[in-house]
Amino acid sequence: MADFPKIITSRYGLPQSHTLKVAEQHGAYSAARMAFTTMKPEQIAVEVKDANIRGRGGAGFPAGVKWGFLPKDSKVAPYLVINADEGEPGTFKDRTLMELDPHRLVEGCLIAMRAVGAHVCYIYVRCELVTSIQRLEAAIEEASERGYVGKQPFGVDHATQIYVHMGAGAYICGEETALLNSLEGMRGEPRLKPPFPAVKGAFGAPTVVNNVETIASVPDIIRMGGKAWSDQSRLPRDGGTRLYGVSGHVKTPGVYEAPVGLTLRELIYDLGGGMLHADRPLKAVIPGGSSTPVLRPGDLVNAPDPAHPLHAWHGKSHIDVPMGVDTFRALGTMLGTCCAIVMDDSVNMVEAARNLMHFYSHESCGQCTPCREGTGWLHDVLENLCEGKGKLQDIDLLVDIANNMMGNTICAFADGTAMPMLGFLQKFRDEFVVVAKSGVPPHSLGATVRALGGVS
Amino acid sequence: MTFTLSVESEKIVDELLTRYPTQRAACLPLLHLCQRQEGWVSPGVVAYVAKRLGMPTSEVTGVVTFYTMYHQQPVAPNVVWVCRTLSCDLRGGREIQKHLEKRLGCGVGGTSKDGKFSLKTAECLAACGQAPMVQINDDFHENLTLDGLDRIIDELSAKTAAAAPASGDAAQKAEPADAAARVRAKTLMGIGNS
Repeated sequence: MADFPKIITSRYGLPQSHTLKVAEQHGAYSAARMAFTTMKPEQIAVEVKDANIRGRGGAGFPAGVKWGFLPKDSKVAPYLVINADEGEPGTFKDRTLMELDPHRLVEGCLIAMRAVGAHVCYIYVRCELVTSIQRLEAAIEEASERGYVGKQPFGVDHATQIYVHMGAGAYICGEETALLNSLEGMRGEPRLKPPFPAVKGAFGAPTVVNNVETIASVPDIIRMGGKAWSDQSRLPRDGGTRLYGVSGHVKTPGVYEAPVGLTLRELIYDLGGGMLHADRPLKAVIPGGSSTPVLRPGDLVNAPDPAHPLHAWHGKSHIDVPMGVDTFRALGTMLGTCCAIVMDDSVNMVEAARNLMHFYSHESCGQCTPCREGTGWLHDVLENLCEGKGKLQDIDLLVDIANNMMGNTICAFADGTAMPMLGFLQKFRDEFVVVAKSGVPPHSLGATVRALGGVS
Repeated sequence: MTFTLSVESEKIVDELLTRYPTQRAACLPLLHLCQRQEGWVSPGVVAYVAKRLGMPTSEVTGVVTFYTMYHQQPVAPNVVWVCRTLSCDLRGGREIQKHLEKRLGCGVGGTSKDGKFSLKTAECLAACGQAPMVQINDDFHENLTLDGLDRIIDELSAKTAAAAPASGDAAQKAEPADAAARVRAKTLMGIGNS
């Protein structure tokens, strides 16, 4: 297996890595000390911009640019809000940071608060992640006792407070304005934009909302320097290393750190240990959480034009294109959270789509009609198809419903449902035709618990 | 129907209210705290939270009905959440669900015959690399086998029998590994108070 540098995961695997004692012995808070005592807030922001870090929550927006959207002349201090509502199917990376190295996140929060002038930070964690919540609370407590969180961090007059706020079970609260409503004690329904959170976010104040991994990368960016950190990547304008997840039909599912620009082939066959069953080849992979359209290994990049962003990979398999925000957009999918769901040839794609559309119909907040109705209809039609009660016209109905959801709602949830639905339909239409005639056979999702036996 | 929070928990609420610029922002954590004590969000809890935070009961109800982790009906002392989303389903999640239905003698949404377990399905619980998995009360059980699952249910079943059956789910919590974390969490969130 490739030997990549361990940066954000440098403390993973140490005994008691979640405690201040161990974390500090291994470098924690040295970057925060530097940021508070030797750097101006603007300098911190410049390093983060130079780091070319694209938001790790799924949208891939440059974090440095996002900070820059805060109004310069605001009389009210901004809030920093950390999105730890990890819930995108297939995604399980932020949890490792909160459980194994909560001090890295706390340190990142401190530096970010210094950079944007915030005094209060809320970490919004989904309530199911009890260990993450406990470890974060303990880390904040330890850092407060040491004075790192408090009135004068590192002797500097910049008061800081960090609070953990528990969600209550709603995927939509990962959408930043839904998260803010939830933080304010309301139903987690996304807000109309504008105003954007940078102008009017939590409690009416300017607010930066960043993902856990994005902020946990900030201490390393400060320690190494933005440019050096950025250069860890294999791609331009998309810097650093990042956490990759791999689940489904691979031998060693898990979370791994690697440079930005790893290929899905490396993720599946090197880090993921290869396909679970030797006689069951890769059929499809959802590259970065369930909202990202599915890819097939047999599809080749068609980019003969030298000006095409994927020209360098012309003629190569889609799973050999480096995973980056821009490259995967050019490929017609999205990088998302960089956590791949791997499916072997035993998987019936209509069944897989049914599973995911059940998720979306359960999680739609119901505020916008195209999404509330559309997600329900997609699931009902798929249910009929899978149960052998479908008809051929249902396939076009699915396309029609999905097209009517796209771009017609307050937030990106409907698009995040319609895009993967259309992806399944485009790439596996033949399979939908077969299922429309005869339903799906039982055991259409590959591995069973018994077959996996002994794993515990 | 009347609900009152314990004196100890009232202190937590006072502290919670210092965290936010508005009272209402404490709504979610306060509901969690009440559910820990009562076992579910009863009409009495809704009335209490509304009064404590100066909100109409209709708005508190609006919050309660939006989020899946607030129980709107009483539940058994142990709540078993089976993850049903794709990564788990690809590695036998459905079999785990069927096994539990058979073992507990109830369907999803139901309660086991002995009244010790409520069975529910959950959407992705961020444990995809350790599929299949279930969450029982506060604990994740990952990389499950059917035998392993049986052992977990046996253990919990024995513990639940030993405790008074009506004492709510807090009595059956496994001891959290991290004592320092527990103290802090106990003070501020009311979780982990086993």
